[in-house]
Amino acid sequence: MTIITKEGKFKEFIKRREPIIEDWKHSLYLWKSTKLAMIGSVIIGILLFVVIFAPLIAPYDPFLNNMAERLQAPNWSHFFGTDQFGRDIFSRVIYGSRIEIWIIFLVSLISGGAGTLLGVISGYFGGIVDEIIMRTTDMFLAFPSLVLAMAFAAALGPSLTNTIIAISIVGWTVFARLARAEAMKVKKQPYIEAIRSVGAGNIRIMFFHVLPMCLSPILVQLTLRMGTIILTAAGLGFLGLGVRPPLPEWGSMVSDGRSYLVGQWWISTFPGIAIALVVLGFNFLGDGIRDIMDPRLRR
Amino acid sequence: MNLKLGMYILKRLSLMALVMFGVSIIVFFIAHVIPADPVGALLGGNAPPALVDQMKHQLGLDKPLWEQFEIYMVGLLHGNFGTSLKSNRPVIQDISEYFPATLELAIFSIIFSIILGVILGIISAVHRNSWADHFSRIFSILGVSMPVFWTGLILLLIFYYLLGWLPGAGQLSLFTIPPKRITGMVIFDALFTGDWAAFWDGLRHIVLPSIVLGYAATASIGRITRASMLDVLRQDFIRTAKAKGLSKRIVIYRHALRNALIPVITVIGLTFGGLLEGAVLTETIFGWPGLGRYIVNALLVLDYPAIMGGTFFIALAYSLANLAVDLTYAALDPRMRI
Repeated sequence: MTIITKEGKFKEFIKRREPIIEDWKHSLYLWKSTKLAMIGSVIIGILLFVVIFAPLIAPYDPFLNNMAERLQAPNWSHFFGTDQFGRDIFSRVIYGSRIEIWIIFLVSLISGGAGTLLGVISGYFGGIVDEIIMRTTDMFLAFPSLVLAMAFAAALGPSLTNTIIAISIVGWTVFARLARAEAMKVKKQPYIEAIRSVGAGNIRIMFFHVLPMCLSPILVQLTLRMGTIILTAAGLGFLGLGVRPPLPEWGSMVSDGRSYLVGQWWISTFPGIAIALVVLGFNFLGDGIRDIMDPRLRR
Repeated sequence: MNLKLGMYILKRLSLMALVMFGVSIIVFFIAHVIPADPVGALLGGNAPPALVDQMKHQLGLDKPLWEQFEIYMVGLLHGNFGTSLKSNRPVIQDISEYFPATLELAIFSIIFSIILGVILGIISAVHRNSWADHFSRIFSILGVSMPVFWTGLILLLIFYYLLGWLPGAGQLSLFTIPPKRITGMVIFDALFTGDWAAFWDGLRHIVLPSIVLGYAATASIGRITRASMLDVLRQDFIRTAKAKGLSKRIVIYRHALRNALIPVITVIGLTFGGLLEGAVLTETIFGWPGLGRYIVNALLVLDYPAIMGGTFFIALAYSLANLAVDLTYAALDPRMRI
């Protein structure tokens, strides 16, 4: 007979979870070997650093007009030059990162949260509830998403809050469909039957036993969508239907520089590079995650 | 054609009718329920209240909401989207004028993105995990990452302003006489009427916008081509072909590519939606007289009949494209041929 010690228990614990740990190790190995995912993580890391330390990095006030120094080409005191009001573009790009991250965070939270909730309800209850929710997603998916976001943003009036609302209204459908598919799989598992037989009600089962099982594909999908969220927000800003100046949203900054493009290329160029770089980071990361999740490539 | 496929088509069509009904509700909701002020936008903020009331009455905006909805739905079923507040013409007439330009741009963009995407996908798959693979993957991801409005501006700056190789905004140069309107698509009209000057000018104008729009769609096509090629290249008949002593080129292009392209077709259909979306921004940059720019302009001045008509029409086009993809797929699916 073996004596059950603390150490023994730990070993037992590890042993039972060996397949999971192996799986994680393998994922970590794949993440390290997919260079794109690595590069993506580094870019996002830098972005988060910039967001947190924006006031320390930015040399100027992003809102400060300085007509004496307007339309300067990039130089040592203004790395990215200045715009038509003499504002320092480098500082505006740095502070702009906070707006982009804020939009990503709230849109992910709202559309991811609402979509997951509706999807789980739809998949768990089935029947008429499912039919209504799924036909509603069909209706939203019938629009190209930017066009629908534009229409909502314009009807609500252009502002930061309304940009977030508009993108969220358009984005929830993807998560609803995903969560529904997961919930339908999970609810057929025998353990759900077991929980029901000890007397748990629908709400309890749904929130504590079905919902948590649906989260990991949702989180992956959220990462994949973050690049799209920025592009949509920037597109709205560019068209004048999103975040309004003087807020340094990157898309509206590109739009600001449009009429100065020929002589003063830097006004539009640098915010555009910032958008491309950040979206590239999220897409690299997403592409890497997709490779890691793809069973065909796991061999 | 057989019964099973026929039933499937019928089912999809009735579902689509339901979805379009939902779309019209969403469109109505956007235009009438959300608190924007079209009359204020039309008359300016300082208009006297009497004038505002008169305008509201004239537009039917003082009626109860359900009555407005009824008028709108009846109109919609008759193909009548109302009259644009800005152009003062029936919206449907505006759409029929603007949509061909969008379609033309979409056709050229999709040709560009298929060529580029398939080439990049093949290179990636054949030289898997080499520098060529990495390069073509990065190149195609870069396409979806760059905002199209920015890429458009930069290309215009380089190829129009600085180098002067390609023309700037619009479908034709100012002094080119437009060809007779047949399809509404300038390049095709010029081709049909044999107007070579306009044809050449149109082609030069469409190069930049279709590159900008098509490049953004390249990544998904490249990605699926790569995955599908990798799948096919692992199969036995490829090994057999190689063992027979066929050259690498023949194995790749004659044997593998043909089989690998089937899933690519689906993605091409799905890409169409992305193109409609990108068209809104690309058309704005390049002054392209298409439906995307029409909608943006309508949104900026809250021309609500034009907004409703335009968004409804885009949703219809998008749904029809998706339907076409699904039906093609169903027709190709052997399980449907019973």
